[in-house]
Amino acid sequence: MRRYYPVIRVLSLVILMFGLTMLVPWGLSWATHDGAESAFDEALLLTVGTGLGLWYATRKEKRDLTIRDGFLMVALVWTVLPVYAGLPLMIQLDASFTDAYFEAVSGLTTTGATVFEGLDNLPVSINFWRCQLVWLGGMGLIVLAVAILPLLGIGGRQMFKAEAPGPMKDSKMTPRMAEAAKGLWVVYTLISICCMLGYRWAGMTWLDAIMHMFSTMGLGGFSSHDASFGFFDSPAIELVSIGFMLIAGCNFATHYLVLSGRSLRPYVTDPEAGAFLLVTLGSVVGIAIFLDVHEVYPAFSEALRYSAFNVVSIATTTGYANTDYALWPMFAPLWMLFLSSFATSAGSTGGGIKMIRAIVLYKQVYRELTRAMHPNAVHLVKIGNEVIPPNILFAVLAFGFVYMVCIVSMTLALSFSGLEIITSFSAVVASINNTGPGLGQVGPANNFGGLTDFQTWVCTIAMLLGRLEIFTLLVVITPAFWRK
Amino acid sequence: MRIVILGAGQVGASVAESLVSENNDITVVDSDHERLAQLHDRLDLQTVVGNAAYPSVLASAGLDDADLLIAVTQSDQTNLVACKVAHSVFNVPARIARLRARDFLDSEKLLSTENFAVDYALCPEQVITEYIARLVDFPEALQVLNFAGGRLVLVGVHAYAGGPLVGSPIKEMRSHLPPEIDGRIAAIYRRDGAITPTGETVIEDGDEVFLLAAEEHIRAVMRELRRSLEPVRRVMIAGGGNIGLRVAQALESKCQVKVIEVERRRAEFVATNLKSALILSGDATDEELLQQEAIDEMDLFLALTNDDEDNIMAGSLAKRMGCKRVVALINRRAYAELVQGGPIDIAISPAQISIGRLLTYVRRGDVAQVHSLRRGAAEALEVVAHGDANSSKVVGRRVGELPVIPGAFVAAIVRDLDKSQDVGLLGLAKQKQSGRVVIAHKDVVIQPEDHVIVFCLDKRVVKQVEKMFAVGFHFF
Repeated sequence: MRRYYPVIRVLSLVILMFGLTMLVPWGLSWATHDGAESAFDEALLLTVGTGLGLWYATRKEKRDLTIRDGFLMVALVWTVLPVYAGLPLMIQLDASFTDAYFEAVSGLTTTGATVFEGLDNLPVSINFWRCQLVWLGGMGLIVLAVAILPLLGIGGRQMFKAEAPGPMKDSKMTPRMAEAAKGLWVVYTLISICCMLGYRWAGMTWLDAIMHMFSTMGLGGFSSHDASFGFFDSPAIELVSIGFMLIAGCNFATHYLVLSGRSLRPYVTDPEAGAFLLVTLGSVVGIAIFLDVHEVYPAFSEALRYSAFNVVSIATTTGYANTDYALWPMFAPLWMLFLSSFATSAGSTGGGIKMIRAIVLYKQVYRELTRAMHPNAVHLVKIGNEVIPPNILFAVLAFGFVYMVCIVSMTLALSFSGLEIITSFSAVVASINNTGPGLGQVGPANNFGGLTDFQTWVCTIAMLLGRLEIFTLLVVITPAFWRK
Repeated sequence: MRIVILGAGQVGASVAESLVSENNDITVVDSDHERLAQLHDRLDLQTVVGNAAYPSVLASAGLDDADLLIAVTQSDQTNLVACKVAHSVFNVPARIARLRARDFLDSEKLLSTENFAVDYALCPEQVITEYIARLVDFPEALQVLNFAGGRLVLVGVHAYAGGPLVGSPIKEMRSHLPPEIDGRIAAIYRRDGAITPTGETVIEDGDEVFLLAAEEHIRAVMRELRRSLEPVRRVMIAGGGNIGLRVAQALESKCQVKVIEVERRRAEFVATNLKSALILSGDATDEELLQQEAIDEMDLFLALTNDDEDNIMAGSLAKRMGCKRVVALINRRAYAELVQGGPIDIAISPAQISIGRLLTYVRRGDVAQVHSLRRGAAEALEVVAHGDANSSKVVGRRVGELPVIPGAFVAAIVRDLDKSQDVGLLGLAKQKQSGRVVIAHKDVVIQPEDHVIVFCLDKRVVKQVEKMFAVGFHFF
């Protein structure tokens, strides 16, 4: 047991840090007297208490984290913190552990799927907490810990890499990891403030603006209203939202380089940003035309408005809706779901396999075709001017394979439990891509509340696998990992 | 002039050879004793063995009272350091360095007098690449040379029966061409002998003809001598060395490019640095590989390896297997003369091309450009006419009045060449050269600052031409 003490020591500090973020909704609850004061009192006490207790028990442990500890640490952070995050929901809303844990994971992984109904009537602090979880999870809990806590040894870099989305983990931002983490959070916070002001300007109340800023920047999709953005029914608000969803779908390291270098050049050299915008905006126009041809809406302008908001929202894995797009002809929602599996960039707050992997996979296929025609060809997979080394190439291929296997096996698991195929498939895809709404029973007009406990757990696991890009979790459950 | 040359490789040896014949005192420095010995046997010059960057070695090479340093060793770093040392320690007035890496070439600040003190940076690979790229632009040509920054083009072509001018006297060209188009037939080589063309000269089938015209007119003038060919679409390059890679980079946006490289590692490096070209790992003299890659559908085969024999063999093979046109790099003059016109359509001598610009620097007067024709048999000079009617022997005179130098004549003039003017918005478009091309007929009067293109069919008269253009009072 002693060998896990360093992990527990760091974990205790992360729990403590996380507990302190609960002060915000706690304060809000006391300020507005929305009825959730005692729930947050208890949750805060429990979280900070266990954090302090664990830290006290292991405070004398000075050993640095090893690489192996790093993986364990990331897995623990992402599985343990949702327990604490779900506490206010369990206490205040009398939710089952399964539902509370699902909701917390959905928030932290920026999925945005919910099991609760009647969001408009929930205490404001509870809604605030849900949205804040999205914002914290968006940039990453470990990244936050690395930025704030000077506590990580060798394993720290590994943790940073294990949590960061995308195949190529070496950031070019700053030489020191802690500086990079700080830079990311500063940029994230700055853009978030702009987003909040944008929403306020477009007509939201301050509280709505903050909450929706949280879930927009994290590309989560939680809302304080059952009708999501349909509640506001305002093109201005939708436009602001589209803008910031697209910004959050790009690599934040690129945003950092743009802001610190005061030049727009990094956007041009970023291999993903262009493809991301092209695919997303191309789909917006394409689906608008598709809807117009099928006469779903009386005017093209209307089709364009609904297409723009919903397509961007799903493609960036946010999951807002301003209409029930599941009623559109089947091709449109399926295409949107497909987009969500790859459109966003590595290093963004979005989910899916990430644009860079999609590009690498596409180029690898092209390479195989070239090799068939020209047996002597020396063909390298390049992104921009950089050659993708074989180890990363194989990692991407393996990732693509495991991703498929996960989708298939979990879809089977859901069908086994009795769900029909569209619902099972779309629920798994929407969960593993951290999108949120699927189709059928879990479509934009419904929620995940109708699922059985077993089905909810399958989706919870899918969300965690998706957020940690599968391998980080898989590594921890291999027997080799636990061998001495 | 006292000249110190660092490096006795291909470029160094060619430079030494050209300059020795022009009456200069030359010292060559190299670390390889044997290479120097060979050079010493062949040419009348002094040699010093040692590291060319060391001040002690440079001192023993007599850099103290040298007028010019030409640093052309294999290593960019050595060349840079040698220039710096020559400037700071020995006060050598002029320094030329061969630099391969673009990183060094692109930085003007780095090469300025207060830093590495390189007056002129020569990149042979770049010069050869530009030369080959021009040949791709003009598929009919044997040689394409630029004057006045590309305003005026000199093209060598084979005349073929069927061209309107072939079989008739040159003076009839005027009646074939529209009035605004003018060109000049500058030289004719028939059965390896040079003919100075006059209006009465009749061009025969198989003559090698050098044409001079403004860039926009050159194709029309060329059509007088042979039918045009389709533009080059598919190119195969044998050899992914420094030159092969650069040429591929220059061509890959215009044509489909295939590059064959033997060494696997190098092939990967080449692949890293190219966007759309297809890189093949294999031997360019491998018949099966050429077959597989459809050599018979290629418009152009460029043999650009380091090895003369490989280039000749690969080129010959490609030609026999159906490639339309074959260009090969051949360093040895004997080989070039052996195969050009046979299996190889065009043999390019890398050393000859790359030292042309270097020679420009070495020579006195206001020579803006020197080009070797037919592997050094003749030269074309671009000279700037300075001064006025009083101080210059050429300014203010008609071309017909100039003193007659046997084997040399004025072919064309580029007027008002005030370098460049920006066209397009915000300087985004490329700079366009101004300047008016005047084909030199007897009555054209030379004006101050004209760029005059002079042909020297005999290399020995180059000196006299330079003297004629020098400002001041001279006798010759």
